[in-house]
Amino acid sequence: MNASIEFRGLCFATSQGRLLLDNISLAIEEGTTTAVLGRSGSGKTTLLRTVNRLVEPTSGDVLLQGKSVQAFEVIALRRNIGYVIQETGLFPHFTVERNVGLVLEAEQCPRLERIERSHDLLKAVGLDPAAFASRFPHQLSGGQRQRVGLARALAAEPDFLLMDEPFGALDPLTRREMQDMLRGILDRMNRTALLVTHDLDEALYLAHRIVLLKEGKVIANLAPEEFMNSSHPEIDAYIRAFHRGERGIAANEGFQMRRS
Amino acid sequence: MTEGFLTQYGSEIATLTLEHLWLTGAAMLFATAIAVPSGIWLTRSPQWAKPIIGLANVLQTIPSLAMFGFLLPLPWLGDRAARIAILALTAYALLPILRNTYAGIRSIDPAVIEVARALGLTNSQRLFKVELPLAASVILAGLRTATVTCIGIATIAAAVGAGGLGELIFRGVASVDNRLVLAGAIPAALLALLADGALGLLEHRMRIPSSESST
Repeated sequence: MNASIEFRGLCFATSQGRLLLDNISLAIEEGTTTAVLGRSGSGKTTLLRTVNRLVEPTSGDVLLQGKSVQAFEVIALRRNIGYVIQETGLFPHFTVERNVGLVLEAEQCPRLERIERSHDLLKAVGLDPAAFASRFPHQLSGGQRQRVGLARALAAEPDFLLMDEPFGALDPLTRREMQDMLRGILDRMNRTALLVTHDLDEALYLAHRIVLLKEGKVIANLAPEEFMNSSHPEIDAYIRAFHRGERGIAANEGFQMRRS
Repeated sequence: MTEGFLTQYGSEIATLTLEHLWLTGAAMLFATAIAVPSGIWLTRSPQWAKPIIGLANVLQTIPSLAMFGFLLPLPWLGDRAARIAILALTAYALLPILRNTYAGIRSIDPAVIEVARALGLTNSQRLFKVELPLAASVILAGLRTATVTCIGIATIAAAVGAGGLGELIFRGVASVDNRLVLAGAIPAALLALLADGALGLLEHRMRIPSSESST
C-alpha cells in the first residue's frame, strides 16, 4: 500500500497542556478520500491542520508520500495542499476570478494564463465564468461562495486536499448538490483528500475510509460498509446519535456508499 | 474695510497657510512612516501592543503648549523652531495612526488570514495583498483623525516661533484685534474641514463591501 499521507505517533498539546491529539497513527492511501468524524473538540480540525503545518505537532510526524512535512519548505508545502474551510475565507476585496487565481498570482503566473485557469476551475465547480468571474464574494450565496473556495483550493493543482466541514453551513439541498459536485471532482482528479465532517451521510457518500476520533485518539479506521456494520460501542453510539437511535437507516434507504 | 484688510494681510495669510500646511504635512509624513510599520509589527508581537499604545496614549495627553515648551530647550533642535513644531506634531499624530493600523489588521476575519497562510502566501504577500488592503479604510480613518488634530495643534506652534496660522491668532490676541484672530482661525478651520472631507472620501472608497448575509 502506498501511504500518501501518514500520521506517525502524532501528539499535540496546547500551551495550557490540554492534549488534543493523542498518539495518532494513520495511513491514508494515495488517491482516496478519508472522512474524519468525531465530536466537537475531538481533534479533527487540529489533525487536518498538522498536514499543512498550520499546527506544529508536539511530537510525532506527518509524512507526505513518505517524506516528513518538516522536510518541505513551508510555502511550497502549502501550495501543494488545497484547503477548504466552512467559513470559506474568501478575500472580500478581490473578485471571484482573482480569489481563485491568487495562488497562481503569488507564483507569478502570467495574467492571461491565470484568468483562463480560474475560468476553467469555475466551470469545474459549476459556476459560469461569464456571470461570476467579476463578482465580489459579498454578491454570492453561501453555496456559491463555497464553490469558489473549492475552486481556489484546486487552483495550484495540489496533490492533496484538506476540507474542514466544507458544507457545514449550507442548507440540505445545496449541500447535496455540493456533495455531488465534489464527488465528481474527487473521482476525476484522483486527489488524496481528508474531509472533516459532522455529517455521517456525507462521509458515507464521499469517503473510501471513515476515521472516528474521540478525545484525540483514533477509535476506528474502516471502510464505509464496515463502519455501518460495526458493533464497536463508540461507532454504535455515533450512528445512533446521528439517526435518532435507529441503526441501518443509511443502508436501508440505499445511500450510495463508497466501495474501496 | 474688509477689502482693505484683505489687501493688507492677504499675502501674509497665504504664506502662513502654506507654512501651516508644511508643518502639518511634514509631521503626518513622519508619523505615518513611524506608526504604520510599528502598528504592523505590533500585530506580529501583540504582547507589546498594550505598553506601546499606552505610551503613545500618554504622549497624546500632554497639553500642546506644554509639549512645545518641553521641546524648546533641547539643544539638538537648534534654532529651527519649525523642527520643534514638527517633532511635537509628529508625537500627537502617532497614536491615532498606530492604534488604527493595529486594530485594522487585527479586526480582519481570522478565516481570511488562515486561508491566506494555508494557500502558501509568503508573509509579505499576505501583508500587501490581504492585510493592508483590508485594513486600509481603518488605517485611513486614523490618518484622518491625526491630520485634523495636527492642523488644530499646529496653531500653537506659533508660540515657539514656528510660524503657521497661529501667528495671526497670537498677534490678534496680543493687539486685541479680532480681525487678526479670525484671519488665522478661519483658514485653519477651513484646512481642517478640507482635510477631513478629502480623507473621508478616500476612506470611503477603500471600504470593503461586506456581505449582506452571513456565511
